[in-house]
Amino acid sequence: MMEPFTTLTSRTVVLAGANIDTDQIIPARFLTTTTRSGLGEHLFADWRYGPDGTPRSDFVLNGPEAQGCRILVAGRNFGCGSSREHAPWALADFGFRAVISTELADIFRSNCLKNALLPVMVDEPTSAWLISHPGAEVTIDLIAGTLTLPTGLAVTFPLEAFARHCLLQGVDELTFLLERRNQIEAYERRS
Amino acid sequence: MARGPQTLFDKVWRRHEVSPESADSPAVLYIDLHLIHEVTSPQAFAVLRERGLRVRRPERTLATMDHSTPTLTAQVFGGTPIALDSAARQVRELEGNCAEFDVELLGLTHSQRGIVHIIGPELGLTQPGKTIVCGDSHTSTHGAVGALAFGIGTTEVGHVLATQCLLQRKPRTLAVNVSGGLRAGVTAKDLILTIIGRLGVSGGTGHVIEYRGDTIRALDMDERMTVCNMSIEAGARAGMIAPDETTYRYLAGRPRSPQGEAWEHALDAWRGLPTDAGARFDREVDLDAAAVEPMITYGTNPGMVIPIGAAIPQRPGDAAFAQALAYMGLTAGQPIRDQPVNVVFLGSCTNARLSDLRSAAQVLRGRRIAPGLRMLVVPGSQQVKREAEAEGLDRVFLEAGAEWRESGCSMCLGMNGDLVGRGEYSVSTSNRNFEGRQGSGARTLLASPVTAAACAVRGRVTDPRELL
Ligand code: SF4
Repeated sequence: MMEPFTTLTSRTVVLAGANIDTDQIIPARFLTTTTRSGLGEHLFADWRYGPDGTPRSDFVLNGPEAQGCRILVAGRNFGCGSSREHAPWALADFGFRAVISTELADIFRSNCLKNALLPVMVDEPTSAWLISHPGAEVTIDLIAGTLTLPTGLAVTFPLEAFARHCLLQGVDELTFLLERRNQIEAYERRS
Repeated sequence: MARGPQTLFDKVWRRHEVSPESADSPAVLYIDLHLIHEVTSPQAFAVLRERGLRVRRPERTLATMDHSTPTLTAQVFGGTPIALDSAARQVRELEGNCAEFDVELLGLTHSQRGIVHIIGPELGLTQPGKTIVCGDSHTSTHGAVGALAFGIGTTEVGHVLATQCLLQRKPRTLAVNVSGGLRAGVTAKDLILTIIGRLGVSGGTGHVIEYRGDTIRALDMDERMTVCNMSIEAGARAGMIAPDETTYRYLAGRPRSPQGEAWEHALDAWRGLPTDAGARFDREVDLDAAAVEPMITYGTNPGMVIPIGAAIPQRPGDAAFAQALAYMGLTAGQPIRDQPVNVVFLGSCTNARLSDLRSAAQVLRGRRIAPGLRMLVVPGSQQVKREAEAEGLDRVFLEAGAEWRESGCSMCLGMNGDLVGRGEYSVSTSNRNFEGRQGSGARTLLASPVTAAACAVRGRVTDPRELL
């Protein structure tokens, strides 16, 4: 069971650049772990820490304003590149529960959904507003499928019915697949 | 049921639907072949263990190790322990998981080991019409034979282990039509870099690409794999090429290809796979192969690519572009040619098959790499290594001053300790030039094997046609 997701209110952290790839989210040298936990401290390691390992004061995740934020606002095509699920594991371990962008890479988006990290796709004007208002407190309502800005504007975001159901109920896909055993056996017999 | 003309993708997809998608649930898609490696599988096996599940179809599952494994002979075959503890741990963990769950493993010292996307086709396991997945985004490589092959995350690796199925939304289709002949010194790598430059790094998102046209038909299998390999760099999870006589010649007689009567039977089925005349794609893009130049990247994603004789573009006001150039230590408007190079990497699932090594050796034969430059040659598999040695390519590389290693991913992602230093420039035949991909602070320029070899000889970015 995943932790169900219904509504979330949080301030945002903004990483505005386009095409932020999963090698930035979690560099390959941290893929040596054989568990899912503990990756948050390495999130964006090469941007967050200097060559000697000290935190860079100019990187947004190191600032006091980022502490406790649950929502990441990112530039277009966030999560492109490697299929490493370590990327959403690291984001979730750091404390994020949603990523907002105009476009998320396919495999990354799919991996987010497996880890109760909600992918929220918004249009350009909403994204532009969020990027120019870092730290804004927004509310995501998964039941209504809306993102509400502090201006009061509520925008809807697309999410497949099945993904919504899994997130709301905390159902994991493996259980769903295991319940399809008869159909899978029938397929194996006919092919 | 009568159906209109279908694409190659439609045919493979439909044949693997355990149940089709509906408004409220995705399709259940059956997976014919599941490839596994040491980095993205441990957490999936852990889930099986936690839930008391077995691997549903071990005979459809094959494991190998490539990402974090050493490339120094003594560390692979004994004599010296694996230098990195983390790598040694992942190797042991995969050995343990495969033994516990009855999965066949081509382990560290196995003669058929190699980069997962090189050994699948090499063994003849990668076949037209199959669905193939792996916890690795370059699984798109296997589409070169007309398979539907795509990368998945670790949770999905667990789904396939336990059920041999995945829940998937049907992607859209994108035809990339290429016509005309590639000019001398221009390779399949230059072609796919040109395509990515045209589509952009997210242009293929949500799509499966089918590469079509007379240029594609004229490519050999190694070249087709180079093209399909980098589909993901345009955002597409899968790239496909219809099977034809080139495909069948390549697969005939491979260790795990169908044999005898089964081969004839398979051929009949495969011949029905190509896209029907009149089938529609959701999008189409046309490209003239004769206009393709040797290409090289200058930025921090594979879409930031130019002909080797061109200048780095200028994009005033684009902060991300400026940041990428600052990371690379390059200036807008500057020609890329003659940029000094510190390291050359010839390897990876994009360009470490035998023909890649041959073409680089053609440039290096009788020449030396530039003083102070480091060149690492890492064959894609142990079989490629043996075949290269049998024709003396290892001598060509060693006599030129390059290092000749055991197979693996190596400097493509630098997990095994084969790294490019901070601030150094690397011309690499791999597929990603992301910040830090080859080591923290490393600056990667992606290019073809012949271009990489030419850069190694001159110690500067060089048009390979000057040395061919
Ligand atoms: S060679 Fe590079 S791109 Fe290919 S599988 Fe290995 S790490 Fe991934």
